[in-house]
Amino acid sequence: MSLLQIRNLSLCINRLKILHDISMDISPGEIVAITGESGSGKSMTALATMQLLPEGSKTKGQILINDRDTMLLSETEMCRLRGNTVGMVFQEPMTALNPVQTIGAQVAESVRLHRPDLDPMARAAEVLTRVGLSPELVSLSRFPHTLSGGQRQRVIIAIAIACSPKLLIADEPTTALDVTTQAQILHLLQKLTTEDSMGLMMITHDLAVVTQMADQIIIMKNGHIVEKARPSNLLNTPKHPYTKALIATSAHRATLPRLRQEAPLLRVRNVVQSYALPRRSIFTAPGKVYAVNDVSFDIPKGIRLGLVGESGCGKSTLTRSILGLEPVKSGAITLDGEHVFSAGRPNLAVRRRMQVVFQDPYGSFNPRHRVARLITEPFNLLDKKPTATESMDRIAKSLTSVGLLPSDAQKYPHQFSGGQRQRIAIARAIIIRPDLIIFDEAVSALDVSVRAQILDLITELCRQYNLTYLFISHDLSVVRNITDHVLVMKSGKIVERGSTEEVFSNPQDTYTKSLISAAPQLSKRTYHA
Amino acid sequence: MNKSLFTGILLSALIMLAAIVSFAWTPFDHTSLNIPNKLQAPNGTHWLGTDHFGRDMFSMIMVGARTSITVAFVAVGIGLGLGVPLGLWATARQGGWTDEIIMRGNDLIFAFPSLVIAILITAVFGPGAVNAIIAIGIFNIPVFARVTRGGALQLWTREFILAARVAGKGAIRISIEHILPNLANLLIVQATIQFSLGILAEAALSYVGLGAQPPTPSWGRMLADAQTLVSIAPHMALVPGFSIILTVLGLNLLGDGLRDLLDPKLQQVQK
Repeated sequence: MSLLQIRNLSLCINRLKILHDISMDISPGEIVAITGESGSGKSMTALATMQLLPEGSKTKGQILINDRDTMLLSETEMCRLRGNTVGMVFQEPMTALNPVQTIGAQVAESVRLHRPDLDPMARAAEVLTRVGLSPELVSLSRFPHTLSGGQRQRVIIAIAIACSPKLLIADEPTTALDVTTQAQILHLLQKLTTEDSMGLMMITHDLAVVTQMADQIIIMKNGHIVEKARPSNLLNTPKHPYTKALIATSAHRATLPRLRQEAPLLRVRNVVQSYALPRRSIFTAPGKVYAVNDVSFDIPKGIRLGLVGESGCGKSTLTRSILGLEPVKSGAITLDGEHVFSAGRPNLAVRRRMQVVFQDPYGSFNPRHRVARLITEPFNLLDKKPTATESMDRIAKSLTSVGLLPSDAQKYPHQFSGGQRQRIAIARAIIIRPDLIIFDEAVSALDVSVRAQILDLITELCRQYNLTYLFISHDLSVVRNITDHVLVMKSGKIVERGSTEEVFSNPQDTYTKSLISAAPQLSKRTYHA
Repeated sequence: MNKSLFTGILLSALIMLAAIVSFAWTPFDHTSLNIPNKLQAPNGTHWLGTDHFGRDMFSMIMVGARTSITVAFVAVGIGLGLGVPLGLWATARQGGWTDEIIMRGNDLIFAFPSLVIAILITAVFGPGAVNAIIAIGIFNIPVFARVTRGGALQLWTREFILAARVAGKGAIRISIEHILPNLANLLIVQATIQFSLGILAEAALSYVGLGAQPPTPSWGRMLADAQTLVSIAPHMALVPGFSIILTVLGLNLLGDGLRDLLDPKLQQVQK
């Protein structure tokens, strides 16, 4: 018997068709993964199942949970169902918890609502123990901000399973987490599903994440289900062309032009960056956190260097120091012998030789400026500002080299997709032909196929301009593709360095080993029984 | 367009129109006394009646609108002109002593009851429209400084600001080029609300005799004049009273409507 049956579900929001004829089944103990790129309708399918659709939605078809059609249920009956029969795990562990309530109270809340027969706090302690946060280790009276991202996600899972739901819906449960944490959370979800014989609907944009745990994978595109198959069949014999393309781009390898080593360009020597913690009392000296602790490395001209590490390891702080946005506490950062930060201010002569591409394709542009104005911002660094015609020429050239049209210069950033915006960000970085480009998580926010295109673009630009760059990422597979050398960073220190292939195929440090083994891969084998 | 915005625009436009038309035309001369016609209830000749000196109320309301709007407009201008740069400056030096001085100065002004200080200022420097403007304007400064800083703090954390810093732009240029345009919505809405508060404050000051001086008509003083005569000529109190209510209501609705219109977060998906 199926737990969840979706029959010919169609959804319109304000006359815009979002879902077309979706059908699927989930039985107890089964893990069904829905994957697709952003805008494919995977989250809407989950929200429709919970009847939590935005205003203006019209649905057709049937959604049966335990053979009851949720479309026919009243809001009160739905409330009884949500959190009780169906639990949900959200993507963002930072915002899905109420910051002013203790974790115990938040878990107990749903117990109190749905299961008056149980003692809420005792039950809370019980489920928190099940998700690996036993009260002896993590007190129920702790507040969310005192927990790490992975722990918060465990609390959210605890809330979702507090009333022993039959069906669990997890919407991108690991997207905001680091690889090693991701592996733990995936393992936990898998364990809970088997133990309670729950059905799990797992939504993710990353095919690699689910191939090892799902019983069935559903690939969605533009609101249609394009393929439904077991993971092994899907990977070995994909039927639909879109699935083939998706698998191909997930395993995409960009090929770099050959490395030409030259003299060191950027030197980072014994850099320390620390922040003072608030004093605990007026008699003790304030504590310090070392965000970057005694880091040294060189970037020779022409090299593509990767910097890998999980969140909080000090990557971003190091980036800001290299760009001269913040003075370092001790040590030196020099570009061709000149300090990036001198006499209490950033050295503009050095700054004009470096540019940066940021992670967020939406936040990195002023929404009120046109592309032409946005990408010419670095001209500000030049001594001699280009003339109007020269400037037009360079805008056109740099837009063309990132695969956009010169006429795009007159558009506003909101008229572009995420991938196109990232191209604009690259255009902005290359317009003054810097010697060094820093890619700060530049592809992390993009869909796999778009990511593959941007990576290809970067390698293409490497060929054209002989770029030197520092590519910062938490994603190992990306770094492996497009760097010659790699640094692995942990808690402000560099724990391993070497040529990319060597580090990946033969890691020495235990941390590097755990990072590499935790990274999800599209393997043709599947471990799940 | 939603209803509140429409009503707000309608009411505000009506008052603006009255004020503008009053420069060229009023039904009667608002300064000429006509004692035999005093205390007339609204009728065909005097649409809103006459006051205790026989002056035409309609004309006085029209000219009074001019006074109210001028005072409120300039006061908001002072608030915007000084408060916004202060707010931007404080944010640019976030956490530094400049920020501290500006914001604590703001707190200091906020700590005083505004109307009492306005009365103090006008009492010391003499009553009159100009002093009323200055008094109301000073209390607009911290309001705009805070709104600006609040919005700017969020914007400073965005990546496009970081990108501008990487492009070597200084704090002042970033504030003007990147922060200010993105705060426009917030400031327009706040200015509308402060405008209505300015009109209210001007009426209050005039009511106690510290605003615009006779013969310049002012809604607040018209109310004060009506006070003793309210039992024999209620229209004398009702007409300026409703003028104030409708103007303030209109401007508040306009501010609210603009917020809904300009803030994409409050907008519902409409396609």
